[in-house]
Amino acid sequence: MKRRRNSRNIQDTSSEEIYLSETYNKELIKERIYFGIFKAATYISVMILVLILIYIISTGYKVISWQFLTSMWSHRDITKGGIFPAIFGTILLGIFVSIISIPMGIAAAIYLNEYAKDNLTNRIIKIAIRNLAGVPSVVYGLFGLAFFVLALKLGTSLLAASLTLACMTLPWIISASEEALKAVPQSFKDGSYALGATKWETIIKVVLPNSLSGMLTGSILGVSRAIGETAPIIIVGATFYMSYMPLSPLDKFMALPYHLFILATQHSSSYARDYALGTTLVLIAIVFILNLGVFIARYNLRKKKLW
Amino acid sequence: MAEKNVKENTKIEFKKINFWYDAKQILFDVDAKIYTNKITALIGPSGCGKSTLLRSINRMNDLISGAKLDGKVIYQQKNIYDKEIEVVELRKRIGLVFQKPNPFPMSIFDNVAYGLRLQNIADKDKIKKIVIESLKKADLWNEVKDRLDVSAFRLSGGQQQRLCIARALAINPDVLLLDEPCSALDPIATARIEKLLLKLKEMHTIIIVTHNMHQARRVSDYTIYLLNGRIIEFAETSEIFNNPKDKLTKDYIRGEFG
Repeated sequence: MKRRRNSRNIQDTSSEEIYLSETYNKELIKERIYFGIFKAATYISVMILVLILIYIISTGYKVISWQFLTSMWSHRDITKGGIFPAIFGTILLGIFVSIISIPMGIAAAIYLNEYAKDNLTNRIIKIAIRNLAGVPSVVYGLFGLAFFVLALKLGTSLLAASLTLACMTLPWIISASEEALKAVPQSFKDGSYALGATKWETIIKVVLPNSLSGMLTGSILGVSRAIGETAPIIIVGATFYMSYMPLSPLDKFMALPYHLFILATQHSSSYARDYALGTTLVLIAIVFILNLGVFIARYNLRKKKLW
Repeated sequence: MAEKNVKENTKIEFKKINFWYDAKQILFDVDAKIYTNKITALIGPSGCGKSTLLRSINRMNDLISGAKLDGKVIYQQKNIYDKEIEVVELRKRIGLVFQKPNPFPMSIFDNVAYGLRLQNIADKDKIKKIVIESLKKADLWNEVKDRLDVSAFRLSGGQQQRLCIARALAINPDVLLLDEPCSALDPIATARIEKLLLKLKEMHTIIIVTHNMHQARRVSDYTIYLLNGRIIEFAETSEIFNNPKDKLTKDYIRGEFG
């Protein structure tokens, strides 16, 4: 555009020179500066992540051993024990949270996106869910304490913690699932309706097969974020030391994030810092494995995706 | 309008159709008849309401929030907007082919079988037989017979559109609605579909929305010319094109606007 404005003869563009002009050069320099800044922003973000990983791995690997991964926690001399109960607690928590929040979140998303009429009530519900996704996790912890622990008398327990984290994860799962549902083209649904399908048949035969993997992807990412949470589980059931494994959902439990928090801030042993980083490494590995699973599922899906 | 054609059997009759999207009125007092085993073309410039009128016949407009219809669409002696009419059943009898080919992300076979499976036909041989028949009817069989299990998205645009026609034909509709079925296709693919329609009208009543005057002239027996939501002229196609009564029709078919 600029070229044309600067040309001497606006009527006759055919005689215009196509060689680089000064103004165009200036534009190019400007573009390079801006994209240079954007590039720097990208690299800095990645660098931070890489530095964190280097810090954790370089120290954490020293304490990782078979004993560290599979033994009970030894309170007196932490070098004699392991973090198995914390790994077990975190995995159990992840499973419980998934069982509670994934089916519920997907069901709610299907209702909101496919069935609910576009009226004021439903719009308010949608806005509320979006806002709930941004509520700080500690607030869910307080809610869990008041509702699950005290009102429902579940006590500080694995069940109370699972329910609390499930509440926190629900809005994330609903939002992610809604995105997956919105990605199903309207033309697929119209084609189904035009053949005499009911809404239910259309959802089962056309909408779900084309969105379920997207919904599960979002859900698992939500759960992997949830099991890294520390604040809410401190309030509703995690404990730093237990001499036995949780045998019932109403028992307390140990969990990796809380464990590393105590080790990093409140433990007197001189090995505590190294053990905190070892615990962190295990937690990151679990989250990484979940994310890797999602990535592989996504990749396979893309290959299969037909439109 | 078109009163001299009472000799034809009426399949569908529009009675004073008024239609609104929210506050905007799209159709005004539309009266017309659709005759059995004929092809009726709906022509008119963009936004004249021809697609809306077409979709009112199988109540696809119901799916759009804010859509409101007043008037009667008579089919089999009943107003299809009566409360007792089951929309789902209606759509099984009145098929619709969309402007942009919209096969499902499934195999070619499953696309055609979709409507049959909706009707809970469990007999696999029967499904297979109908799928093959439908693909033959839609003039697609020879191109796909060796690859029924590949994705419908591997087909060309014209093939996809014929697949959508086969899909609609599989449940043996009484009436077939086509909403600008060739607008995304090249002239050769278009010619094949037009030829197909002329064959299909022996079995089905066909209504086609088209932007293309020549297409309306080539395939249709009757033409409805809509402008700004009103029927300007409704007559036999040869009549409309050779001897238009209304000046607006004359201007439109001669390409002076639209």
